[in-house]
Amino acid sequence: MARVHYREIEGDSRGFYALLGALGALILAGLGASWYMEHNGHYVTGMSNRIVWGMPHVFAIFLIVAASGVLNVASIASVFGRELYKPLARLSGLLALTLLAGGLAVLVLDLGRPERLIVAMTHYNVKSIFAWNIFLYTGFYAIVAVYLWTMFERRMNDYNKPAGLFAFVWRLILTTGTGSIFGFLVAREPYSSALLAPMFIIMSFSFGLAIFVLVLMAACNWTGRALGDVVLNRLRNLLGVFVATVLYFVAIHHLTNLYVARQHDVERFFLWEGGIYTALFWFVQVLTGGVLPLALLFGTTSRRALAAAAVCVILGGLAQLYVLVIGGQAYPQLMFPEKEVSSSFFDGVVAGYAPSLPELALGVGGVALALALTAVALKVLPFLPRSLADGDVDSAAA
Amino acid sequence: MTRIAAGIFAALLAVAGSADTSPRQAQRVPLPVIRIEQGEACVAPVEEMRRNHMAMLLDQRDRTVREGIRTTRFSLKNCVECHASRKTGSVLGKDGFCSSCHTYAAVSMDCFECHTPLRQSRTASAPR
Amino acid sequence: MSPDRRQFLGWGAAAAVTAAGAALAPGLRLIELAQARSPEEAASALQRWGLLIDITKCTDCDVCVTACSKENGWTGHGRPETDPQWIRKVSLRDKRTGYAQTLPLMCQHCEHPPCVDVCPTGASFRRDDGIVLVDKHTCIGCRYCVMACPYGARSFVHETVSGQKSDVPRGKGTVESCTLCVHRVDRGETPACVEACNRDGGKAMVFGDLNDPSAEIHRRLRAEPSTQVRADLALNTGVRYRGL
Repeated sequence: MARVHYREIEGDSRGFYALLGALGALILAGLGASWYMEHNGHYVTGMSNRIVWGMPHVFAIFLIVAASGVLNVASIASVFGRELYKPLARLSGLLALTLLAGGLAVLVLDLGRPERLIVAMTHYNVKSIFAWNIFLYTGFYAIVAVYLWTMFERRMNDYNKPAGLFAFVWRLILTTGTGSIFGFLVAREPYSSALLAPMFIIMSFSFGLAIFVLVLMAACNWTGRALGDVVLNRLRNLLGVFVATVLYFVAIHHLTNLYVARQHDVERFFLWEGGIYTALFWFVQVLTGGVLPLALLFGTTSRRALAAAAVCVILGGLAQLYVLVIGGQAYPQLMFPEKEVSSSFFDGVVAGYAPSLPELALGVGGVALALALTAVALKVLPFLPRSLADGDVDSAAA
Repeated sequence: MTRIAAGIFAALLAVAGSADTSPRQAQRVPLPVIRIEQGEACVAPVEEMRRNHMAMLLDQRDRTVREGIRTTRFSLKNCVECHASRKTGSVLGKDGFCSSCHTYAAVSMDCFECHTPLRQSRTASAPR
Repeated sequence: MSPDRRQFLGWGAAAAVTAAGAALAPGLRLIELAQARSPEEAASALQRWGLLIDITKCTDCDVCVTACSKENGWTGHGRPETDPQWIRKVSLRDKRTGYAQTLPLMCQHCEHPPCVDVCPTGASFRRDDGIVLVDKHTCIGCRYCVMACPYGARSFVHETVSGQKSDVPRGKGTVESCTLCVHRVDRGETPACVEACNRDGGKAMVFGDLNDPSAEIHRRLRAEPSTQVRADLALNTGVRYRGL
């Protein structure tokens, strides 16, 4: 078996510094937005007492879900023994760490009292899924770091498989935890389903792989590394399967609800009368994020189509989380069945929400942080193979 | 490790202390204003209060919030009642009892983000 | 003293008190259980504070809301989406018949509060006597409890607060809700909303110890039909409604 040769990216071109500069500006904008929100209080955002989780949470959850999913590429290599994916494993592990860092940064900077984050470490409610997640996220860092070590250090290579298996199991539990944040909310009809945990797992596969494909293509393109069709076509098919599975889970989720009389109003809201949420569901989540990528992935073999499909999956994923997180809160809680409800606290009506600029800046800042960390790490350590040309990976895979 | 740190800290204090002995030097250092306006004595000896008031408050805080124990001796409300300035009625402000020392020691204090720094009663009673 | 031991001793004391009460006459006790605790005494699980709201007597007024706002110092900034509301009047209209009702809605002080389950730091907690509170010292402002509450009872403090009441600390970036006027209850008084309702309103609210057979609330709940909002969730709320 031919050894894969890894090499740091040069990282001294004008383009590299321009990229870092642009990402840095976005990170600064995100920090500024956070300071503005914390200084004035959250009333300056679009969030309210009815929509307590807004745009920052959409981005944060997207990044966290994608972070666990992007590790899949490495898992396929070490857990399922597919040699073709081996050269991609290091980048996969790196992105898992950086995307999680970006997502957590957004989540933390949106807290009402972010300076009290330490309290979340010292006071621990074992029944809280959030508290489990604090443990799962920090554990994920440690495990993926060790996993990467088993890839980088030749003497540790023997431990790559057990480390990979452990990381794979851990990330499944982690995404289960993320999905359960919503799935266990019994009092809100749009959530409250055990289906959300597995759905989040398959969403993570899809979103994570879409980001991976784009980062891989960009990195190879900008550093002049060969990227053969063998690798790309494998990723293309895999992404197609994931996108289809996400659609399947979405369909099952809604079909279950459609069957239950109690949930009819919820479904009418999301699928038919929900205004922006209905539009986002059908046009962005399902069409742009599901149907269109499937057509692009299975209908053509062009690289542009693959990249476009990945972009569509990301847009669709953001829309899916927007509909779930914000639409799920906007939909009024059912307290008095068969009654029309009204109050000064917006009971019984669909809560209004318009994302504000600071929220958006904070969310985008998190994405920029993840990408900037990735770019710097690629320069510092040899994460990327020197070549992913067909001949090179074929021999590695043989 | 902590012992070494404590040693260094003690040495620093000694240096700072000897520097302070010159009267001119001392005048230039902005000292905190500690104005005790009422009451004979605090709920504990002054030395103990200076060192441990935060621990007392923390302890009382958890007992009051979590268990509903509302003894007044170590309650923040009781501190404010006695120590709020006659003029401003507050423990904060430039020469406020809490803020002047905390500014001097550069220790930020989170209490009055939520708790009122103002005395409630017109005439404060002696500490209990 | 460990909580278990304290609780055990508490039970022992209660048994003694009840025994003494039984020895004298039914309903007559040497020590009144609902009496205010002394300040050094911790809230105990012997009591379960609750409210009975008779919405057949609840009129269109909102004295309970104004009294709560005044007592606890929560006031708006003219921004209804982000202003806090610890208690609100909810209007109901039957979809079929148009039958209209109105009721005050606030934290229901559940026995199994979802807000307490989800809180990562344990800031959201249930006191031994059943009052559900937020320990604002450990609240990090994540708002997960707002997501979990079935009653929309919680508010997030969206802006800087000043002029707080000394008994009711409140601050930006934390979550708050009805405390059942815990500071008044600890003094042996009734919550401000109940006092106002019985003084200026429809006399629709009763406050008391759900565990105390001699308390009016216990007597009424024993004799009259009552419901819990979202009883399907089996949270065993401390706030009960009559006529819903």
